[in-house]
Amino acid sequence: MQSLVIVAHGSHLNPDSAMPTHTHAETIRETGAFDEVRTGFWKEEPSLREVLRTARGDDMYVVPLFISEGYFTERVIPRELRLEGWDPELWDSEGISADTATLVASDIDKEVHYCGPVGTHEAMTDVLIRRAVSVTGDETVGDGFGFAVVGHGTERNKKSAKAIEYHTERIRETGRFDEVHSLYMDEEPEVDDITDYFDCEDIIVVPLFIADGYHTQEDIPEDMGLTDDYREGYAVPAEVEGHRIWYGGAVGTEKLTADVILERAADAGAEIGDAIARVRQQTNPTEAVVE
Amino acid sequence: MSVAVSEPQLAAFRERVAAGTLTHDGLAVEYDGETDTYQIETPEHHTAIAGDELDTVDAELAAYITNWYFYTHEIATDVNRAFCRWLEHADEHAVPERYNALESGLSREWGQLEITTTVSTDGSRQYELRHIDDSNVEASALQSHTNPFDAREIGTLDAKNRYRPLRTAPSLKTGWIFSDLSATELYEAVEAFYPATVVNWYREQRGELDIDHWRDEQDRQSGIYNLITVLPDEAVEWAAAACCDDSQCLKRREWQLSEDEPLDAEGGEGVFPCRGPCSMVVAAGREWAKLERQDTQTYEFELTPSEKAQLEAIIDAVADDAVDEIREADVANAANRWRVRYLREKRFDENGNLSGTLTRSDAEANDS
Repeated sequence: MQSLVIVAHGSHLNPDSAMPTHTHAETIRETGAFDEVRTGFWKEEPSLREVLRTARGDDMYVVPLFISEGYFTERVIPRELRLEGWDPELWDSEGISADTATLVASDIDKEVHYCGPVGTHEAMTDVLIRRAVSVTGDETVGDGFGFAVVGHGTERNKKSAKAIEYHTERIRETGRFDEVHSLYMDEEPEVDDITDYFDCEDIIVVPLFIADGYHTQEDIPEDMGLTDDYREGYAVPAEVEGHRIWYGGAVGTEKLTADVILERAADAGAEIGDAIARVRQQTNPTEAVVE
Repeated sequence: MSVAVSEPQLAAFRERVAAGTLTHDGLAVEYDGETDTYQIETPEHHTAIAGDELDTVDAELAAYITNWYFYTHEIATDVNRAFCRWLEHADEHAVPERYNALESGLSREWGQLEITTTVSTDGSRQYELRHIDDSNVEASALQSHTNPFDAREIGTLDAKNRYRPLRTAPSLKTGWIFSDLSATELYEAVEAFYPATVVNWYREQRGELDIDHWRDEQDRQSGIYNLITVLPDEAVEWAAAACCDDSQCLKRREWQLSEDEPLDAEGGEGVFPCRGPCSMVVAAGREWAKLERQDTQTYEFELTPSEKAQLEAIIDAVADDAVDEIREADVANAANRWRVRYLREKRFDENGNLSGTLTRSDAEANDS
């Protein structure tokens, strides 16, 4: 019996924080790839401390729905799950290549496969591009468009910028968009100056964040000049200094993110059949849903 | 009630008994292959039944056999099984008596959930789940749900559409019903309403509940929550009394300062235990740790006796979430909005200082 346990941050203040976790859990549940899909949170319930005891599988795959390696994936989650013998070295990663480590969780006296975060998996690049499609409604979007991947910056976590740069480079390598750049909230190049960094008239902007919240719904739209007051909303696209900004909001809310969770578990050995292909198709905003 | 053992149930029963003595929930069965006879013992009777008569057993025996089948074939986990047994008071009543009670439905409360178990003539159970305050409401007047995972969304906002970060707060909204859940679906719905409560209750029932006391929690923190290590012990006492009271959370607090240092605050009467300070208490504890760094200082205020009492009444109204219960024109209530606005007009200066008294002296304010 296989269990998938998605662990995420959650919030005491904002119910939207956990929304992507629950949405993706439901998408994966519907594929039937796992006998059960559980969710656990740092700030909500069940807590990280108790989530494993709610699961009953013999093969357990724990996937952190986090953007980058760092404090939460390397310290908080392993501690709260009580992964015996955990050491970040087991992932053998410099910031973007964490894959999986198999350890006994003392809470349940069973082995669990502890996977790297969703945000640094290569499949996340596809989700960013999918977001460009869903925000423009154009399956072939690319020509004449710039693409900005937005991150928090390195103030709190040096590895978070690595994830941003990694996906920026991968999107650039596809050659699909005319220009691709990384921008940050609290360091240069800053998202405030977005129009200085692009020649393209049309710029797609996607924050590499898991959930929409203060940063993606208030800070970034105001910083870019999409609106003076986030409460009044903003147009998509919005005109800013001669550019059209197609702002996509947190990439983690894109339904295809469920695919990356599946990829993480499959990389760790989960048997999931054709679930990845089905999720890719079902979550495509420009294709008819195939039952 | 009339109970009949179905063909698949009989086949499973024969197969099981052929493999060795069966004992389950008051039923003990041995099979003698040579005579093709079943020796069946229940608290009520001892019977010998020939193999070809097994499909005509009386209702009492049929109850035992179908009960065995339900609990061994229709429930997948020990936790779910224990929970379903608890729901029908299985430890207190023998199977036939239980079936009679379940025929019309047997209800138990789990936090603010009312769970009603009924049994079909083949022994399978159905579970109905609704809010305890909807106990007497016609099912047709409630919003009907079939997907147990809907429970998470129902529990996200309270009746005033405020977010419920603490799922076990006694603020679950009413107006919904899951009228026909299987044992597995019931478990999922309860898990979605009150995460991990069933499994922790189960561990407690077995004497295996692992408790993280406050000092364990302090020792484990890192990052910004390291600050809770400086929260004074007496503040932990106040925090437990303020946050973990039954009026705030339906879990029964089992954690103490440490295993050897019990807290005086009431732990509550909840059916399911709380095995450690939750993230809300830890986050609040961090805030109090910051606030408790301040020293007290002496202020002088001019207040009438009724104004002092009014300040106390306002604090009570907020702390007891009673503000919305105060009627618009009930100016006699000290926490009435007009009374409070009047007090503010009278006693606050233009900077919002009570009686014009600075919160900090000018020098202190400049320092900070």
